[in-house]
Amino acid sequence: MKETNNKNFTSSGMSLIVKTVTRWTVLFIMLYGWYITLFGHLSPGGGFAGGVIVALSFIHIILAYGKDFVVKKINKILSESLETTGALMFLSISIMGFSVGVFFKDFLGQGKAFSLLSGGMILPANIAIMIKVGFGMLSAFLCLILFSPQDEEK
Amino acid sequence: MKKNKKGGWNFVLVYILCLCLCFVGLYGLVMKKNLLKIIISFIIMDNALNLFFIIVGYKKGGSFPVFLKNRPADNIVDPLPQALVLTSIVIGLSITILMVAVALRLYHRYKTFDITKIKELRG
Amino acid sequence: MTLPLFVVLPLFAAFINTMVGRFLKLFSEVFVNLINFVVLILCIIWIYKINTLNNNIFVYEVGGWKIPYGVALVADPVSVFMLFTVNLVAFLVGIYSVSYIEKYTEKWGFYSLFELMLAGMNGVIISGDIFNIFVFLEIATIASYGLVAFGTQKEELEASFKYMVLGSISTGLILLGIVLIYAYTSTLNLADIASILILSEDKLIIRVIMFIFMIGFVIKAAIVPFHWWLPDAHPSAPAPISAMLSGVLIKTLGVYLIVRLFFNVFPIDEKILKMICYLGTLSMVVGVILALYQWDYKRLLAYHSISQVGYIFLGIGLATPMGILGGIFHLFNHSLFKSLLFLTSGALEYNFGTRNLKEYHNVNRIMPITTFSATIGSFSIAGIPPFNGFWSKLIIIIACLEKRDILLALIAALVSVLTLASFLKVLKYAFYTEQKYNTGPKLLKEVPFFMQFSMLTLAILCFVSGIILYPNIKHIVFDGVIKFITENLYIKFILK
Repeated sequence: MKETNNKNFTSSGMSLIVKTVTRWTVLFIMLYGWYITLFGHLSPGGGFAGGVIVALSFIHIILAYGKDFVVKKINKILSESLETTGALMFLSISIMGFSVGVFFKDFLGQGKAFSLLSGGMILPANIAIMIKVGFGMLSAFLCLILFSPQDEEK
Repeated sequence: MKKNKKGGWNFVLVYILCLCLCFVGLYGLVMKKNLLKIIISFIIMDNALNLFFIIVGYKKGGSFPVFLKNRPADNIVDPLPQALVLTSIVIGLSITILMVAVALRLYHRYKTFDITKIKELRG
Repeated sequence: MTLPLFVVLPLFAAFINTMVGRFLKLFSEVFVNLINFVVLILCIIWIYKINTLNNNIFVYEVGGWKIPYGVALVADPVSVFMLFTVNLVAFLVGIYSVSYIEKYTEKWGFYSLFELMLAGMNGVIISGDIFNIFVFLEIATIASYGLVAFGTQKEELEASFKYMVLGSISTGLILLGIVLIYAYTSTLNLADIASILILSEDKLIIRVIMFIFMIGFVIKAAIVPFHWWLPDAHPSAPAPISAMLSGVLIKTLGVYLIVRLFFNVFPIDEKILKMICYLGTLSMVVGVILALYQWDYKRLLAYHSISQVGYIFLGIGLATPMGILGGIFHLFNHSLFKSLLFLTSGALEYNFGTRNLKEYHNVNRIMPITTFSATIGSFSIAGIPPFNGFWSKLIIIIACLEKRDILLALIAALVSVLTLASFLKVLKYAFYTEQKYNTGPKLLKEVPFFMQFSMLTLAILCFVSGIILYPNIKHIVFDGVIKFITENLYIKFILK
């Protein structure tokens, strides 16, 4: 706690109020993104909307604390690899449809209507899309803020 | 096109306004000289088309297309355009990000956003 | 069963490659070329299979959803032919890139974008659902935006931005067309749309929708009023990518979709076809005239792409079986010799570091294999008799004469002569210029083996592929294609 308090007074990022509020709310934002994703097959929402909200929670931290603080915690290569993982998850879910005969066919059961574990492969597909979209947007944002012309000149 | 007759002139007006918005974007895309204004024009055009797609799926008096317990499934709007528009939004988003990235690099090369000054290629 | 693999395998290669290729050396080259080879083998299997199938058509219902409701993948002779063309060029270009791409950093990024573009093109070709076509078209286009800007120098970035602006206009128009089609027919499946439109009475609405689609695809194919992005975008990309863009991308996104939609889906409209025909003629003439005074090798080739795609449009716009045979055959031939010529331009740039024709010297002594293949490519594109370009141009001219359109036939012959003049200039200045003094401080030698292999293979194919017109082979390759384009078999067999 002591350390984070010291970080609040560093020059990068926004003011103390913004940093404090961010610290309190950012987990809730991410939780809301997960909720939207996991209940995507029951209520409006889904992988893309949830993924955007998850990415926004990361972007929120970056904006509040300044990019120097975040670059140590969030690695660009890691975020790109996670994005690829999401894409591969979605692809493998679709390929697993071959196990019941047809590409993209639902290989999980239908489940009981209006319960969380229903809708077959929509739930895992939503999670895969959430990872892909969330980390994809984060990677794009990191690419845009970390771009510096000095690196290019070499 | 049948829906036009059912909804009367209001529908036609909304369609025409959407297309006007689309043409505003197209005008900006073709005529503006600033890279960022071109990007903004593209976003306007893309969103106008998405809006048009959503309106095409609307039905008079229809409600949201979600199945719920104890809710009759009749009189809901067409859910397919909404699903398709989501895809279209993703495509527009990725083009926008790519455009911004290229514009950023162009700015670092030329130190300007004015396309009349960016003319390495001609003919 | 294997039909989705045309999309799945390249996508899989692209994503695995972004993950592993950045850490392991040589992984991306080996893996991507392996995947390309497997897909090419699949194409050859499908060429055999489609001729043995009942009715020559295969419908794959993705996810087991029945046809008007779910997404369908369709293989018919037209799409299998296009798949073969695209994957043949992609395989050879992939091998060529192994050596060429050494001078860039981030090789894995190049290969991932390449595979994404391939997946998009394959998806456009096999998809039987109009929105699915749009999505795959955008995958291919966005990957090509990235590849055009791959060098991140001034020219590449500017070309890429121009390409993006025009590309997004065409995307918007195509999306508008899809929205209008959906509003009119309430379905997205191509065969279902066709069955509704054929009974429709509102000719005017259908013609407006067709016109919107046509402008969208004409921008993608770089036909003359909208051609000005191509001579910037195609030369700015790395040479293998120029070969892919000029060789197959503009044909898949422009020509193939026009053939598919305007012949199979929409009822055949004489006025629109005539417009396609005249636009093709206009771009033939304008492209070749603009190409005549270019001194930048790749830019010259790009202008010739505009001109040659004009031939394809002319052949298809005639809408007779002969014209379509000429158009489709010229599509195949053009993808071979234009990618060959772009690869030779890449070889010259690899050695000399410039694209200006006047700065090359002693090429025929230093690089004999490049010179040999460039000569064959130039003769093919100019239409010298034993090579493939001659046969397809001849068929197009005969088709014009059959329709009693002597003016178009004369223009086609004249453009062919101008093309010959332009390429004689290239051969003289770039390849057969001899200078007495030594080549300078750097001792130049022939390009690496992989580049030679691709160029030689394409040159041999250019020489050989005229044989397709021999009746027995033509029966296997082209008869099904022409039957599916001219007679309305598509709806009949899919909906049953």
